[in-house]
Amino acid sequence: MELQGDHNVVRLSEVTKVFRMGNNRVEALKGINFAIKAGEYLSIMGPSGSGKSTLFNMIGALDKPTTGRVFIDEVDVAQLDAYELAWLRCRKIGYIFQTFNLIMVMTAIENVTLPMIFAGMNRDEYMEKGMELLRLVGLAERFQHKPPELSGGQQQRVAVARALANSPAIILADEPTGNLDLTTGEEIITLLKHLSTERGVTIISATHDIKMLNVSDRIVWIRDGRIDRVEERRDLKISVGEVG
Amino acid sequence: MSQSVERQVVLPFAQVVRISFNSMRVRLARSLITTASLALAIAFVAYIWSGYAILNSVWPHIDSSVQEDILSSGYEMTDGHFGSSPKDRWLAILSLIVCVVGIVNAQLMAVTERFREIGTFKCLGALNSFVVRIFVLEGIYQGIFGGLIGSILGILVATLTITLKLGWSAIVFWPALKMLLTIAEALFLAALLSLLGVMYPALVAARMEPAVALRAEA
Ligand SMILES: Nc1ncnc2c1ncn2[C@@H]1O[C@H](COP(=O)(O)OP(=O)(O)OP(=O)(O)O)[C@@H](O)[C@H]1O
Ligand SMILES: [Mg+2]
Repeated sequence: MELQGDHNVVRLSEVTKVFRMGNNRVEALKGINFAIKAGEYLSIMGPSGSGKSTLFNMIGALDKPTTGRVFIDEVDVAQLDAYELAWLRCRKIGYIFQTFNLIMVMTAIENVTLPMIFAGMNRDEYMEKGMELLRLVGLAERFQHKPPELSGGQQQRVAVARALANSPAIILADEPTGNLDLTTGEEIITLLKHLSTERGVTIISATHDIKMLNVSDRIVWIRDGRIDRVEERRDLKISVGEVG
Repeated sequence: MSQSVERQVVLPFAQVVRISFNSMRVRLARSLITTASLALAIAFVAYIWSGYAILNSVWPHIDSSVQEDILSSGYEMTDGHFGSSPKDRWLAILSLIVCVVGIVNAQLMAVTERFREIGTFKCLGALNSFVVRIFVLEGIYQGIFGGLIGSILGILVATLTITLKLGWSAIVFWPALKMLLTIAEALFLAALLSLLGVMYPALVAARMEPAVALRAEA
C-alpha cells in the first residue's frame, strides 16, 4: 500500500498525562512521541490500563495533555480556539468510543445524524446520509430503535455509522470490534480498511483483534504509558503468532 | 501550510429551539418530573401569596360574625390587612426559600445527570454556547410551564380553603386582577429560578474537556 505523501495527520511530541485524585497520582502517559501519516491504518495494542484510551483522548483533542504537544495536520491543537476545536471534532475526526457513548434517549437515526446537525446540514441531507450510513452497517430497519433496545454489537455499529457521518479524514477508534461477533467484526474491519485504501482516511484504532492487526500498516505497542515498540506490517507476519 | 482547520458554524436560533424541544420530547417523563417539582414549589408560594389577597379583598363584604370566627381561628390582622404580621411575613419568606431551593435543586440534578450527554455533544462538534442555549431554553420552558401549572394550582387551593371558611362571597368578591398579577409574578419567579438552576451546571459542563465530561458520574 502506498502512503499518501509524507504529510503527518497526527503528531505527538513528549505527551504526558497525569491524573490526580487527592494524594494519588497516576501517570497514564509518560512521554509519547510519534507521527501518523495520512492514509495510514494504525493499530494501538497494549494491556488493560496501559494508557490506550488516554492516548485516544489526546489524539482526538478530547482532553488536554499535562505536558507536551499534539499536532493535527501540523496545527498545534492547544492553539485552536473553541470554534476551531469544535470544527475539528465535528468534521475532521470521527470517534468510535470503547463505551460507544450513544445518546440513550435518542433513536439510532437521531444518534447518527447528530454530527451532521452540528455541521449545519439541512434536514433532507442529513436524513438521507443517516439512512445510507445505517444501511452500510446493516441497521437500516432498526433506525427508530434506541440504544437500550439494541444489542451491544448493534450499538457499536450505530457508533461506527455516527463516526462516518461527516466523512472525517481521521477515524479514531477504541476497540471498535470489541463487542462484535466474528462476521460483523470482520465487516467493520473491511469497511475501515476500505475507507483507508479507497478514500485515504487515516484509521487509528486501539484493538486486541488479530484480524485488525492483519490489515494494519503499523502497530504501536503501549506498555505502562510508554511506547514499547512499533512494528511495520511487513515485519508482522512473523510476530502475529505471539500476540494472541 | 494550507488552512486545514476551519471554524464551526453557529446553528441558527430556530434550529436550537427545535433541538431543545426535541430534547425534552425524547425524555418527556423525566422532564415532566422536573416540571412537577417546579410546579409544586411555585404552588406553595402562590398559595401563600394569593390566600391573603383573597381574604383582604373579601373581608369588607362578609358578616361580622364570620369576621369574628376568622380572627379567632388564628389569622392576624395588622392595620386592617392580613398577611403583613411578622408571623405572616416569615411564612412568605419561608415559602420563597423553599421555592428557591426546590427549583434550583431540581434543575441542578436534572442537568448534572446529563454530563455524559453534554460530553458526547462536545465530542461530536457542539459549541459551548450551543450546550448552554439548549439547557437555558429547556429550563425556561419548564419554568414557564411549571410556573403556570403551579400558580394556578396554588390559587385554586387558596380559593377553595377560603371559600370553605367564608362561603360564596369569597367567589363573588374574588380579586381576579390581583390573581392574574400573582400568576405573572409566579411565572417570572419560576422561569428565573429554573434558569438559575440550569445555568450553573450547564456552564460548568460546557467548559469541561469532553473526555472529562464523559467520565462524570451520573
Ligand atoms: N480520569 C482518570 N482518573 C484517574 N486515573 C485515570 C483516569 N483515566 C485513566 N486513568 C488511569 O490511567 C491508566 C490508563 O488508563 P486507560 O483507560 O488509558 O487504559 P486502557 O489502555 O485504555 O485500558 P483498557 O484496555 O482497559 O481500556 C489507568 O491506570 C487508569 O487507572
Ligand atoms: Mg481503554
